[in-house]
Amino acid sequence: MRSASSGDTPRAPGRPPAVEITGLVKRYGSKTAVDGLDLRVGAGSVTAVLGPNGAGKTTTVEICEGYRRPDAGTVRVLGLDPVADAAALRPRIGVMLQSGGVYAGARAEEMLRHTASLHAHPVDVDLLMDRLGLGSCGRTSYRRLSGGQQQRLALAMAVVGRPELVFLDEPTAGLDPQARHATWDLVRELRADGVSTVLTTHFMDEAEQLADDVAIIDGGRVIAQGSPEELCAGGAENTLRFTGRPGLDLGTLLKALPADSAAAELTPGTYRVSGKVDPQLLATVASWCAQHGVMPNAIAVERHTLEDVFLELTGKELRS
Amino acid sequence: MTATGTTDRGATPGTFAPRPGAAPLGRMIRAQALLETKMLLRNGEQLLLTVVIPTLLLVLFSAVDIVDTGAGKAVDFLTPGILALAVLSTAFTGQAIATGFERRYGVLKRLAASPLPRWALMTAKTCSVLVTEILQVVLLTVIAFALGWSPHGNPLSVVLLLVLGTAAFSGLGLLMAGTLKAEATLAAANLVFLLLLVGGGVIVPLDKFPDAAQSVLGLLPISALSDGLRDVLQHGAGLPWGDLGVLAVWAVLGLGAAAKFFRWE
Repeated sequence: MRSASSGDTPRAPGRPPAVEITGLVKRYGSKTAVDGLDLRVGAGSVTAVLGPNGAGKTTTVEICEGYRRPDAGTVRVLGLDPVADAAALRPRIGVMLQSGGVYAGARAEEMLRHTASLHAHPVDVDLLMDRLGLGSCGRTSYRRLSGGQQQRLALAMAVVGRPELVFLDEPTAGLDPQARHATWDLVRELRADGVSTVLTTHFMDEAEQLADDVAIIDGGRVIAQGSPEELCAGGAENTLRFTGRPGLDLGTLLKALPADSAAAELTPGTYRVSGKVDPQLLATVASWCAQHGVMPNAIAVERHTLEDVFLELTGKELRS
Repeated sequence: MTATGTTDRGATPGTFAPRPGAAPLGRMIRAQALLETKMLLRNGEQLLLTVVIPTLLLVLFSAVDIVDTGAGKAVDFLTPGILALAVLSTAFTGQAIATGFERRYGVLKRLAASPLPRWALMTAKTCSVLVTEILQVVLLTVIAFALGWSPHGNPLSVVLLLVLGTAAFSGLGLLMAGTLKAEATLAAANLVFLLLLVGGGVIVPLDKFPDAAQSVLGLLPISALSDGLRDVLQHGAGLPWGDLGVLAVWAVLGLGAAAKFFRWE
Protein backbone atom coordinates (compact mmCIF):
# COMPACT_ATOMS: atom_id res chain seq x y z
CA MET A 1 0.00 0.00 0.00
CA ARG A 2 1.08 3.55 -0.65
CA SER A 3 2.52 5.43 2.23
CA ALA A 4 1.30 8.66 3.73
CA SER A 5 -0.22 11.37 1.70
CA SER A 6 -0.27 11.83 -1.96
CA GLY A 7 2.01 14.34 -3.63
CA ASP A 8 4.71 13.68 -1.08
CA THR A 9 5.32 10.32 -2.63
CA PRO A 10 6.25 11.10 -6.20
CA ARG A 11 6.43 8.25 -8.68
CA ALA A 12 9.75 9.64 -9.76
CA PRO A 13 11.75 10.15 -6.61
CA GLY A 14 14.40 12.78 -6.90
CA ARG A 15 12.47 14.78 -9.48
CA PRO A 16 11.06 18.02 -8.09
CA PRO A 17 7.26 18.25 -8.00
CA ALA A 18 5.62 19.03 -11.33
CA VAL A 19 3.31 21.57 -9.75
CA GLU A 20 3.50 23.24 -6.36
CA ILE A 21 0.73 25.62 -5.37
CA THR A 22 0.66 27.35 -1.99
CA GLY A 23 -2.07 29.63 -0.68
CA LEU A 24 -3.43 30.44 -4.12
CA VAL A 25 -6.12 33.11 -4.23
CA LYS A 26 -7.90 34.37 -7.33
CA ARG A 27 -10.78 36.82 -7.34
CA TYR A 28 -12.98 38.00 -10.18
CA GLY A 29 -14.48 41.25 -8.94
CA SER A 30 -16.25 40.44 -5.70
CA LYS A 31 -16.31 36.69 -6.40
CA THR A 32 -13.50 34.58 -4.99
CA ALA A 33 -12.90 31.74 -7.43
CA VAL A 34 -9.89 30.25 -5.64
CA ASP A 35 -9.57 30.74 -1.93
CA GLY A 36 -6.29 29.65 -0.39
CA LEU A 37 -5.66 26.54 -2.42
CA ASP A 38 -2.67 24.26 -1.82
CA LEU A 39 -1.78 21.53 -4.25
CA ARG A 40 1.27 19.47 -5.00
CA VAL A 41 1.59 17.29 -8.07
CA GLY A 42 4.31 14.68 -7.91
CA ALA A 43 6.55 14.33 -10.94
CA GLY A 44 5.42 11.52 -13.22
CA SER A 45 2.07 11.09 -11.52
CA VAL A 46 -1.48 11.51 -12.71
CA THR A 47 -3.36 13.93 -10.51
CA ALA A 48 -7.11 14.31 -10.89
CA VAL A 49 -8.68 17.56 -9.76
CA LEU A 50 -12.24 16.68 -8.93
CA GLY A 51 -14.98 19.10 -8.10
CA PRO A 52 -18.41 20.45 -8.96
CA ASN A 53 -18.91 23.25 -11.46
CA GLY A 54 -17.61 26.53 -10.16
CA ALA A 55 -15.29 24.90 -7.63
CA GLY A 56 -12.26 26.66 -9.07
CA LYS A 57 -10.78 23.78 -11.10
CA THR A 58 -10.38 25.58 -14.39
CA THR A 59 -9.19 28.79 -12.76
CA THR A 60 -6.50 26.87 -10.92
CA VAL A 61 -5.37 25.02 -14.03
CA GLU A 62 -5.36 28.20 -16.12
CA ILE A 63 -3.19 29.94 -13.55
CA CYS A 64 -0.73 27.05 -13.84
CA GLU A 65 -0.83 27.46 -17.62
CA GLY A 66 0.08 31.13 -17.28
CA TYR A 67 -3.24 32.54 -18.50
CA ARG A 68 -4.01 34.42 -15.29
CA ARG A 69 -2.04 35.97 -12.50
CA PRO A 70 -2.73 34.87 -8.92
CA ASP A 71 -4.01 37.55 -6.53
CA ALA A 72 -2.07 35.86 -3.72
CA GLY A 73 -0.02 32.76 -3.12
CA THR A 74 2.73 31.13 -5.12
CA VAL A 75 2.52 28.80 -8.08
CA ARG A 76 5.51 26.89 -9.44
CA VAL A 77 5.16 24.70 -12.50
CA LEU A 78 8.22 22.57 -13.26
CA GLY A 79 9.95 24.91 -10.84
CA LEU A 80 9.05 28.00 -12.89
CA ASP A 81 6.72 30.95 -12.46
CA PRO A 82 3.98 30.44 -15.10
CA VAL A 83 3.76 34.15 -15.95
CA ALA A 84 7.31 35.46 -15.46
CA ASP A 85 8.96 32.37 -16.98
CA ALA A 86 6.28 31.74 -19.61
CA ALA A 87 8.70 31.61 -22.52
CA ALA A 88 10.78 28.89 -20.86
CA LEU A 89 7.75 26.99 -19.58
CA ARG A 90 5.51 26.89 -22.67
CA PRO A 91 7.54 24.39 -24.72
CA ARG A 92 7.63 22.05 -21.71
CA ILE A 93 3.90 21.81 -21.04
CA GLY A 94 0.97 20.50 -23.06
CA VAL A 95 -2.40 22.18 -22.77
CA MET A 96 -5.87 20.89 -23.58
CA LEU A 97 -8.47 23.60 -23.09
CA GLN A 98 -12.00 22.76 -22.04
CA SER A 99 -13.15 23.61 -25.55
CA GLY A 100 -12.01 25.15 -28.80
CA GLY A 101 -8.48 26.12 -29.67
CA VAL A 102 -8.61 25.16 -33.33
CA TYR A 103 -9.31 27.20 -36.49
CA ALA A 104 -12.86 26.35 -37.60
CA GLY A 105 -11.67 25.76 -41.16
CA ALA A 106 -8.57 23.73 -40.33
CA ARG A 107 -8.55 20.01 -41.08
CA ALA A 108 -7.84 17.69 -38.17
CA GLU A 109 -4.55 16.35 -39.46
CA GLU A 110 -3.45 19.74 -40.75
CA MET A 111 -3.95 21.28 -37.32
CA LEU A 112 -2.11 18.48 -35.53
CA ARG A 113 0.79 18.70 -38.00
CA HIS A 114 0.89 22.42 -37.45
CA THR A 115 1.02 22.03 -33.68
CA ALA A 116 3.75 19.41 -34.11
CA SER A 117 5.76 21.83 -36.26
CA LEU A 118 5.94 24.28 -33.35
CA HIS A 119 7.91 21.70 -31.36
CA ALA A 120 11.46 20.44 -31.73
CA HIS A 121 10.88 16.68 -31.28
CA PRO A 122 7.19 15.96 -31.86
CA VAL A 123 5.48 12.59 -31.65
CA ASP A 124 4.78 10.95 -35.01
CA VAL A 125 1.53 12.54 -36.19
CA ASP A 126 0.20 9.48 -38.05
CA LEU A 127 0.74 7.31 -35.03
CA LEU A 128 -1.03 9.76 -32.75
CA MET A 129 -4.00 10.19 -35.12
CA ASP A 130 -4.27 6.43 -35.29
CA ARG A 131 -3.94 5.94 -31.54
CA LEU A 132 -6.78 8.35 -30.84
CA GLY A 133 -9.05 7.01 -33.56
CA LEU A 134 -8.73 10.15 -35.67
CA GLY A 135 -7.25 8.39 -38.67
CA SER A 136 -10.52 8.39 -40.60
CA CYS A 137 -11.25 12.09 -40.16
CA GLY A 138 -7.85 13.60 -40.88
CA ARG A 139 -9.18 15.60 -43.82
CA THR A 140 -12.35 16.72 -42.08
CA SER A 141 -12.47 20.37 -41.05
CA TYR A 142 -12.69 21.08 -37.35
CA ARG A 143 -16.19 22.51 -37.54
CA ARG A 144 -17.44 19.27 -39.09
CA LEU A 145 -15.85 16.95 -36.52
CA SER A 146 -18.09 15.44 -33.87
CA GLY A 147 -17.71 16.76 -30.34
CA GLY A 148 -15.77 13.65 -29.37
CA GLN A 149 -13.41 13.98 -32.31
CA GLN A 150 -12.82 17.64 -31.46
CA GLN A 151 -11.97 16.61 -27.90
CA ARG A 152 -9.52 13.96 -29.05
CA LEU A 153 -7.88 16.34 -31.49
CA ALA A 154 -7.37 18.81 -28.64
CA LEU A 155 -5.87 16.00 -26.57
CA ALA A 156 -3.54 15.04 -29.41
CA MET A 157 -2.44 18.67 -29.71
CA ALA A 158 -1.65 18.70 -25.99
CA VAL A 159 0.70 15.73 -26.15
CA VAL A 160 2.24 15.98 -29.64
CA GLY A 161 5.13 18.17 -28.46
CA ARG A 162 6.40 15.52 -26.02
CA PRO A 163 5.84 17.72 -22.96
CA GLU A 164 6.99 16.93 -19.44
CA LEU A 165 3.65 17.95 -17.99
CA VAL A 166 0.17 18.03 -19.51
CA PHE A 167 -2.91 19.87 -18.29
CA LEU A 168 -6.15 18.29 -19.47
CA ASP A 169 -9.27 20.28 -18.65
CA GLU A 170 -12.18 17.83 -18.64
CA PRO A 171 -10.67 15.62 -21.35
CA THR A 172 -13.56 13.18 -21.54
CA ALA A 173 -16.54 15.50 -21.14
CA GLY A 174 -19.09 14.50 -23.75
CA LEU A 175 -17.18 11.46 -25.03
CA ASP A 176 -18.80 8.12 -25.80
CA PRO A 177 -17.47 5.14 -23.79
CA GLN A 178 -15.17 4.01 -26.58
CA ALA A 179 -13.52 7.39 -27.03
CA ARG A 180 -13.33 7.70 -23.27
CA HIS A 181 -11.36 4.49 -23.04
CA ALA A 182 -9.04 5.60 -25.84
CA THR A 183 -8.39 8.77 -23.83
CA TRP A 184 -7.79 6.77 -20.64
CA ASP A 185 -5.36 4.49 -22.43
CA LEU A 186 -3.44 7.49 -23.68
CA VAL A 187 -3.20 8.96 -20.19
CA ARG A 188 -1.91 5.62 -18.89
CA GLU A 189 0.65 5.60 -21.66
CA LEU A 190 1.76 9.11 -20.76
CA ARG A 191 2.19 7.97 -17.18
CA ALA A 192 4.18 4.92 -18.22
CA ASP A 193 6.48 7.18 -20.22
CA GLY A 194 7.09 9.46 -17.25
CA VAL A 195 4.88 12.40 -18.23
CA SER A 196 3.15 14.21 -15.35
CA THR A 197 -0.56 14.77 -15.89
CA VAL A 198 -3.03 17.09 -14.24
CA LEU A 199 -6.59 16.49 -15.31
CA THR A 200 -9.82 18.02 -14.13
CA THR A 201 -12.91 15.91 -14.21
CA HIS A 202 -16.50 15.54 -13.14
CA PHE A 203 -16.30 11.78 -13.23
CA MET A 204 -15.36 9.80 -10.16
CA ASP A 205 -14.72 6.65 -12.11
CA GLU A 206 -12.25 8.53 -14.24
CA ALA A 207 -10.37 9.69 -11.17
CA GLU A 208 -10.47 6.19 -9.66
CA GLN A 209 -9.28 4.61 -12.90
CA LEU A 210 -6.47 6.98 -13.76
CA ALA A 211 -5.24 8.97 -10.86
CA ASP A 212 -2.37 8.38 -8.49
CA ASP A 213 -3.68 11.33 -6.56
CA VAL A 214 -7.05 12.92 -6.32
CA ALA A 215 -7.57 16.47 -5.11
CA ILE A 216 -11.17 17.25 -4.29
CA ILE A 217 -11.87 20.94 -4.69
CA ASP A 218 -14.88 22.79 -3.43
CA GLY A 219 -15.36 26.49 -2.90
CA GLY A 220 -11.90 27.27 -4.23
CA ARG A 221 -10.02 25.06 -1.78
CA VAL A 222 -8.67 21.53 -1.70
CA ILE A 223 -10.88 19.79 0.84
CA ALA A 224 -9.25 16.38 0.51
CA GLN A 225 -6.25 14.96 -1.28
CA GLY A 226 -4.86 11.47 -1.49
CA SER A 227 -4.83 8.35 -3.58
CA PRO A 228 -8.27 7.01 -4.49
CA GLU A 229 -7.67 4.16 -1.99
CA GLU A 230 -6.76 6.55 0.80
CA LEU A 231 -9.72 8.77 0.15
CA CYS A 232 -12.12 5.85 0.01
CA ALA A 233 -10.65 4.22 3.10
CA GLY A 234 -10.54 7.33 5.21
CA GLY A 235 -13.54 8.92 6.84
CA ALA A 236 -16.49 6.73 6.07
CA GLU A 237 -16.32 3.11 7.16
CA ASN A 238 -16.65 0.26 4.74
CA THR A 239 -18.53 -2.99 4.95
CA LEU A 240 -17.92 -6.65 4.23
CA ARG A 241 -20.72 -9.02 3.37
CA PHE A 242 -20.72 -12.76 3.27
CA THR A 243 -23.23 -15.54 3.16
CA GLY A 244 -23.20 -18.75 5.15
CA ARG A 245 -25.63 -20.96 6.94
CA PRO A 246 -28.27 -19.04 8.88
CA GLY A 247 -28.19 -18.41 12.60
CA LEU A 248 -24.44 -18.19 13.24
CA ASP A 249 -23.43 -16.85 16.64
CA LEU A 250 -21.70 -13.56 15.87
CA GLY A 251 -20.57 -12.98 19.47
CA THR A 252 -17.31 -14.86 19.00
CA LEU A 253 -16.67 -13.00 15.74
CA LEU A 254 -17.13 -9.67 17.44
CA LYS A 255 -14.59 -10.62 20.09
CA ALA A 256 -12.05 -11.38 17.40
CA LEU A 257 -12.71 -8.12 15.52
CA PRO A 258 -11.36 -4.65 16.41
CA ALA A 259 -13.41 -2.78 18.99
CA ASP A 260 -15.09 -0.35 16.60
CA SER A 261 -16.48 -3.06 14.36
CA ALA A 262 -20.02 -4.30 14.16
CA ALA A 263 -21.57 -7.47 12.79
CA ALA A 264 -25.15 -8.37 12.03
CA GLU A 265 -27.20 -10.99 10.25
CA LEU A 266 -29.21 -8.95 7.77
CA THR A 267 -31.40 -11.72 6.40
CA PRO A 268 -31.07 -15.37 7.33
CA GLY A 269 -27.69 -16.47 6.03
CA THR A 270 -26.51 -13.00 4.97
CA TYR A 271 -24.06 -11.30 7.27
CA ARG A 272 -22.59 -7.82 7.33
CA VAL A 273 -19.45 -6.73 9.10
CA SER A 274 -18.81 -2.99 9.21
CA GLY A 275 -15.77 -1.13 10.40
CA LYS A 276 -12.35 -0.42 9.03
CA VAL A 277 -12.21 -3.09 6.37
CA ASP A 278 -8.59 -3.95 5.71
CA PRO A 279 -6.79 -7.20 4.85
CA GLN A 280 -6.45 -7.96 8.59
CA LEU A 281 -10.20 -7.78 9.11
CA LEU A 282 -10.79 -10.01 6.10
CA ALA A 283 -8.34 -12.57 7.49
CA THR A 284 -10.06 -12.46 10.89
CA VAL A 285 -13.47 -13.12 9.33
CA ALA A 286 -12.08 -15.92 7.17
CA SER A 287 -10.38 -17.70 10.07
CA TRP A 288 -13.49 -17.32 12.23
CA CYS A 289 -15.47 -18.98 9.44
CA ALA A 290 -12.88 -21.77 9.27
CA GLN A 291 -13.14 -22.35 13.02
CA HIS A 292 -16.91 -22.66 12.75
CA GLY A 293 -16.91 -24.84 9.65
CA VAL A 294 -18.65 -22.17 7.62
CA MET A 295 -17.99 -21.88 3.93
CA PRO A 296 -18.49 -18.16 3.27
CA ASN A 297 -20.05 -17.97 -0.13
CA ALA A 298 -20.20 -14.62 -1.89
CA ILE A 299 -17.79 -12.77 0.32
CA ALA A 300 -17.60 -9.19 -0.83
CA VAL A 301 -15.94 -6.01 0.34
CA GLU A 302 -18.15 -3.03 -0.30
CA ARG A 303 -15.86 -0.12 -0.77
CA HIS A 304 -16.99 3.42 -0.54
CA THR A 305 -16.68 4.93 -3.92
CA LEU A 306 -15.09 8.26 -4.51
CA GLU A 307 -18.60 9.44 -5.17
CA ASP A 308 -19.64 8.59 -1.59
CA VAL A 309 -16.59 10.40 -0.30
CA PHE A 310 -17.30 13.36 -2.48
CA LEU A 311 -20.91 13.61 -1.42
CA GLU A 312 -19.92 13.29 2.20
CA LEU A 313 -17.32 16.05 1.89
CA THR A 314 -19.19 18.53 -0.26
CA GLY A 315 -22.81 17.58 0.18
CA LYS A 316 -23.12 18.01 -3.55
CA GLU A 317 -23.78 15.90 -6.56
CA LEU A 318 -20.67 15.83 -8.68
CA ARG A 319 -22.36 15.36 -12.02
CA SER A 320 -24.28 18.44 -12.86
CA MET B 1 -16.22 -4.67 -23.81
CA THR B 2 -13.50 -2.31 -24.82
CA ALA B 3 -11.83 -3.54 -27.92
CA THR B 4 -11.86 0.00 -29.17
CA GLY B 5 -9.98 -0.60 -32.35
CA THR B 6 -8.01 2.49 -31.55
CA THR B 7 -5.93 1.26 -28.68
CA ASP B 8 -5.02 -2.25 -29.63
CA ARG B 9 -2.49 -1.18 -32.21
CA GLY B 10 0.07 -1.55 -29.53
CA ALA B 11 1.45 1.19 -27.43
CA THR B 12 5.15 1.53 -28.01
CA PRO B 13 6.83 2.34 -24.74
CA GLY B 14 8.69 5.61 -24.92
CA THR B 15 6.50 7.19 -27.60
CA PHE B 16 5.65 10.00 -25.23
CA ALA B 17 8.87 10.06 -23.24
CA PRO B 18 9.33 13.77 -22.56
CA ARG B 19 11.55 15.53 -25.03
CA PRO B 20 10.23 19.05 -24.99
CA GLY B 21 11.53 21.96 -26.98
CA ALA B 22 10.38 24.77 -29.22
CA ALA B 23 10.98 24.51 -32.93
CA PRO B 24 13.38 27.12 -34.39
CA LEU B 25 11.65 30.53 -34.55
CA GLY B 26 11.89 30.81 -38.32
CA ARG B 27 10.21 27.45 -38.78
CA MET B 28 7.42 28.35 -36.35
CA ILE B 29 6.71 31.68 -38.04
CA ARG B 30 6.77 30.11 -41.50
CA ALA B 31 4.40 27.34 -40.43
CA GLN B 32 2.04 29.78 -38.75
CA ALA B 33 2.01 32.20 -41.70
CA LEU B 34 1.35 29.32 -44.09
CA LEU B 35 -1.54 28.01 -42.01
CA GLU B 36 -3.12 31.47 -41.65
CA THR B 37 -2.86 32.04 -45.39
CA LYS B 38 -4.44 28.67 -46.11
CA MET B 39 -7.29 29.43 -43.71
CA LEU B 40 -7.91 32.72 -45.49
CA LEU B 41 -7.79 31.31 -49.01
CA ARG B 42 -10.05 28.42 -48.02
CA ASN B 43 -12.73 30.71 -46.63
CA GLY B 44 -15.40 31.56 -49.19
CA GLU B 45 -16.56 34.79 -47.55
CA GLN B 46 -12.99 36.00 -47.29
CA LEU B 47 -12.37 35.28 -50.96
CA LEU B 48 -15.52 37.15 -51.89
CA LEU B 49 -14.20 40.15 -49.99
CA THR B 50 -10.57 40.05 -51.07
CA VAL B 51 -10.78 38.74 -54.63
CA VAL B 52 -14.26 38.71 -56.10
CA ILE B 53 -15.49 42.17 -55.08
CA PRO B 54 -12.33 44.11 -56.08
CA THR B 55 -12.13 42.23 -59.40
CA LEU B 56 -15.81 42.77 -60.20
CA LEU B 57 -15.64 46.46 -59.34
CA LEU B 58 -12.54 46.94 -61.48
CA VAL B 59 -14.03 45.16 -64.49
CA LEU B 60 -17.52 46.60 -64.15
CA PHE B 61 -16.62 50.25 -63.65
CA SER B 62 -13.86 50.15 -66.29
CA ALA B 63 -16.19 48.69 -68.89
CA VAL B 64 -19.36 50.60 -68.07
CA ASP B 65 -19.27 54.36 -67.70
CA ILE B 66 -21.45 54.69 -64.60
CA VAL B 67 -19.30 56.94 -62.47
CA ASP B 68 -17.70 60.09 -63.88
CA THR B 69 -14.04 59.41 -63.18
CA GLY B 70 -12.76 62.62 -64.71
CA ALA B 71 -10.44 63.05 -67.64
CA GLY B 72 -8.54 60.05 -69.01
CA LYS B 73 -9.36 56.36 -69.12
CA ALA B 74 -11.60 55.01 -66.37
CA VAL B 75 -9.23 52.13 -65.69
CA ASP B 76 -6.37 54.54 -64.95
CA PHE B 77 -8.51 56.20 -62.31
CA LEU B 78 -10.01 52.97 -60.97
CA THR B 79 -6.99 50.68 -60.64
CA PRO B 80 -5.24 52.67 -57.87
CA GLY B 81 -8.54 52.86 -55.97
CA ILE B 82 -9.15 49.13 -56.35
CA LEU B 83 -5.61 48.38 -55.16
CA ALA B 84 -6.36 50.46 -52.07
CA LEU B 85 -9.60 48.52 -51.65
CA ALA B 86 -7.66 45.24 -51.88
CA VAL B 87 -5.43 46.35 -49.02
CA LEU B 88 -8.49 47.42 -47.03
CA SER B 89 -10.22 44.08 -47.63
CA THR B 90 -7.28 41.96 -46.49
CA ALA B 91 -5.50 43.99 -43.82
CA PHE B 92 -8.62 45.41 -42.22
CA THR B 93 -11.86 43.56 -42.95
CA GLY B 94 -10.49 40.08 -43.51
CA GLN B 95 -7.98 40.22 -40.70
CA ALA B 96 -10.50 41.69 -38.26
CA ILE B 97 -13.10 39.01 -38.95
CA ALA B 98 -10.64 36.12 -38.93
CA THR B 99 -8.89 37.28 -35.78
CA GLY B 100 -12.21 38.00 -34.07
CA PHE B 101 -13.34 34.43 -34.60
CA GLU B 102 -9.94 33.01 -33.66
CA ARG B 103 -10.30 34.87 -30.40
CA ARG B 104 -13.86 33.66 -29.95
CA TYR B 105 -12.98 30.00 -30.64
CA GLY B 106 -9.99 29.95 -28.31
CA VAL B 107 -7.42 29.67 -31.10
CA LEU B 108 -5.46 32.64 -29.83
CA LYS B 109 -5.73 31.29 -26.28
CA ARG B 110 -4.44 27.87 -27.29
CA LEU B 111 -1.60 29.37 -29.33
CA ALA B 112 -0.65 31.47 -26.32
CA ALA B 113 0.18 28.22 -24.51
CA SER B 114 2.25 26.94 -27.43
CA PRO B 115 5.95 27.62 -27.93
CA LEU B 116 5.05 30.32 -30.48
CA PRO B 117 5.64 33.74 -28.86
CA ARG B 118 2.95 36.37 -29.30
CA TRP B 119 5.16 38.66 -31.33
CA ALA B 120 5.92 35.72 -33.62
CA LEU B 121 2.19 35.07 -34.03
CA MET B 122 1.65 38.70 -35.01
CA THR B 123 4.61 38.50 -37.40
CA ALA B 124 3.10 35.42 -39.00
CA LYS B 125 -0.27 37.18 -39.33
CA THR B 126 1.44 40.12 -41.01
CA CYS B 127 3.29 37.79 -43.40
CA SER B 128 0.00 36.09 -44.23
CA VAL B 129 -1.63 39.46 -44.96
CA LEU B 130 1.31 40.50 -47.15
CA VAL B 131 1.28 37.23 -49.09
CA THR B 132 -2.44 37.62 -49.73
CA GLU B 133 -1.94 41.21 -50.83
CA ILE B 134 0.80 40.20 -53.25
CA LEU B 135 -1.58 37.66 -54.81
CA GLN B 136 -4.30 40.33 -55.01
CA VAL B 137 -1.98 42.92 -56.57
CA VAL B 138 -0.73 40.45 -59.17
CA LEU B 139 -4.26 39.40 -60.09
CA LEU B 140 -5.64 42.96 -60.23
CA THR B 141 -2.63 44.25 -62.14
CA VAL B 142 -3.01 41.58 -64.80
CA ILE B 143 -6.72 42.36 -65.14
CA ALA B 144 -6.04 46.10 -65.25
CA PHE B 145 -3.46 45.67 -68.01
CA ALA B 146 -5.97 43.58 -69.93
CA LEU B 147 -8.38 46.51 -69.60
CA GLY B 148 -5.82 48.89 -71.02
CA TRP B 149 -4.27 50.32 -67.87
CA SER B 150 -1.15 52.46 -68.38
CA PRO B 151 0.47 53.13 -65.03
CA HIS B 152 3.13 55.75 -64.29
CA GLY B 153 5.38 56.54 -61.36
CA ASN B 154 7.96 54.77 -59.26
CA PRO B 155 7.02 51.26 -58.11
CA LEU B 156 8.89 51.85 -54.84
CA SER B 157 6.54 54.70 -53.97
CA VAL B 158 3.65 52.33 -54.61
CA VAL B 159 5.18 49.69 -52.35
CA LEU B 160 5.75 52.24 -49.60
CA LEU B 161 2.12 53.38 -49.80
CA LEU B 162 0.84 49.79 -49.75
CA VAL B 163 2.99 48.88 -46.75
CA LEU B 164 1.98 51.93 -44.74
CA GLY B 165 -1.65 51.36 -45.70
CA THR B 166 -1.35 47.74 -44.56
CA ALA B 167 0.08 48.86 -41.22
CA ALA B 168 -2.72 51.40 -40.71
CA PHE B 169 -5.51 48.96 -41.61
CA SER B 170 -3.97 46.07 -39.65
CA GLY B 171 -3.84 48.20 -36.51
CA LEU B 172 -7.49 49.20 -36.87
CA GLY B 173 -8.59 45.68 -37.78
CA LEU B 174 -6.80 44.11 -34.82
CA LEU B 175 -8.14 46.81 -32.51
CA MET B 176 -11.66 45.87 -33.56
CA ALA B 177 -11.03 42.10 -33.39
CA GLY B 178 -9.39 42.34 -29.98
CA THR B 179 -12.03 44.44 -28.27
CA LEU B 180 -15.43 43.57 -29.79
CA LYS B 181 -17.34 40.29 -29.86
CA ALA B 182 -16.74 38.20 -32.96
CA GLU B 183 -20.25 38.81 -34.30
CA ALA B 184 -19.97 42.55 -33.72
CA THR B 185 -16.59 42.53 -35.48
CA LEU B 186 -18.11 40.66 -38.41
CA ALA B 187 -20.91 43.20 -38.79
CA ALA B 188 -18.82 46.30 -38.13
CA ALA B 189 -15.91 45.26 -40.35
CA ASN B 190 -18.25 44.68 -43.29
CA LEU B 191 -20.08 47.95 -42.67
CA VAL B 192 -16.81 49.89 -42.52
CA PHE B 193 -15.69 48.18 -45.72
CA LEU B 194 -18.85 49.32 -47.48
CA LEU B 195 -18.69 52.88 -46.14
CA LEU B 196 -15.04 53.29 -47.05
CA LEU B 197 -15.67 51.77 -50.47
CA VAL B 198 -18.22 54.50 -51.16
CA GLY B 199 -16.71 57.44 -49.30
CA GLY B 200 -12.97 56.80 -49.58
CA GLY B 201 -12.23 57.77 -53.16
CA VAL B 202 -12.07 54.16 -54.29
CA ILE B 203 -14.45 54.32 -57.23
CA VAL B 204 -16.20 57.62 -56.58
CA PRO B 205 -13.83 60.60 -56.82
CA LEU B 206 -13.78 62.58 -53.58
CA ASP B 207 -14.48 65.82 -55.47
CA LYS B 208 -18.03 64.56 -56.07
CA PHE B 209 -18.70 65.16 -52.36
CA PRO B 210 -19.48 68.58 -50.80
CA ASP B 211 -16.41 70.59 -49.77
CA ALA B 212 -17.00 70.14 -46.03
CA ALA B 213 -17.32 66.37 -46.42
CA GLN B 214 -14.23 66.24 -48.64
CA SER B 215 -11.94 67.69 -46.00
CA VAL B 216 -13.05 65.06 -43.47
CA LEU B 217 -13.15 62.13 -45.90
CA GLY B 218 -9.68 63.07 -47.15
CA LEU B 219 -8.26 62.21 -43.73
CA LEU B 220 -9.53 58.62 -43.81
CA PRO B 221 -6.79 56.04 -44.32
CA ILE B 222 -8.57 54.63 -47.39
CA SER B 223 -8.71 58.11 -48.98
CA ALA B 224 -5.05 58.72 -48.25
CA LEU B 225 -4.14 55.36 -49.75
CA SER B 226 -6.28 55.63 -52.88
CA ASP B 227 -5.31 59.29 -53.40
CA GLY B 228 -1.63 58.56 -52.89
CA LEU B 229 -1.70 55.58 -55.26
CA ARG B 230 -3.56 57.66 -57.82
CA ASP B 231 -1.03 60.52 -57.56
CA VAL B 232 1.76 58.09 -58.33
CA LEU B 233 0.17 55.63 -60.74
CA GLN B 234 -2.13 57.98 -62.66
CA HIS B 235 -0.25 61.27 -62.47
CA GLY B 236 3.34 60.04 -62.08
CA ALA B 237 3.96 61.97 -58.87
CA GLY B 238 7.02 61.24 -56.71
CA LEU B 239 6.32 60.54 -53.03
CA PRO B 240 2.90 61.83 -51.95
CA TRP B 241 4.06 63.05 -48.54
CA GLY B 242 0.68 64.29 -47.37
CA ASP B 243 -0.97 60.92 -47.91
CA LEU B 244 1.99 59.04 -46.46
CA GLY B 245 1.77 61.29 -43.40
CA VAL B 246 -1.93 60.57 -42.93
CA LEU B 247 -1.32 56.82 -43.25
CA ALA B 248 1.60 56.97 -40.81
CA VAL B 249 -0.55 58.69 -38.19
CA TRP B 250 -3.31 56.07 -38.59
CA ALA B 251 -0.72 53.29 -38.39
CA VAL B 252 0.76 54.62 -35.16
CA LEU B 253 -2.63 55.26 -33.59
CA GLY B 254 -4.15 51.97 -34.75
CA LEU B 255 -1.26 49.69 -33.86
CA GLY B 256 -0.70 51.53 -30.57
CA ALA B 257 -4.35 51.19 -29.56
CA ALA B 258 -4.44 47.54 -30.66
CA ALA B 259 -1.33 46.78 -28.60
CA LYS B 260 -2.91 48.45 -25.58
CA PHE B 261 -6.50 47.23 -25.74
CA PHE B 262 -6.29 43.83 -27.48
CA ARG B 263 -7.84 41.06 -25.36
CA TRP B 264 -6.57 37.58 -26.17
CA GLU B 265 -9.60 35.75 -24.75
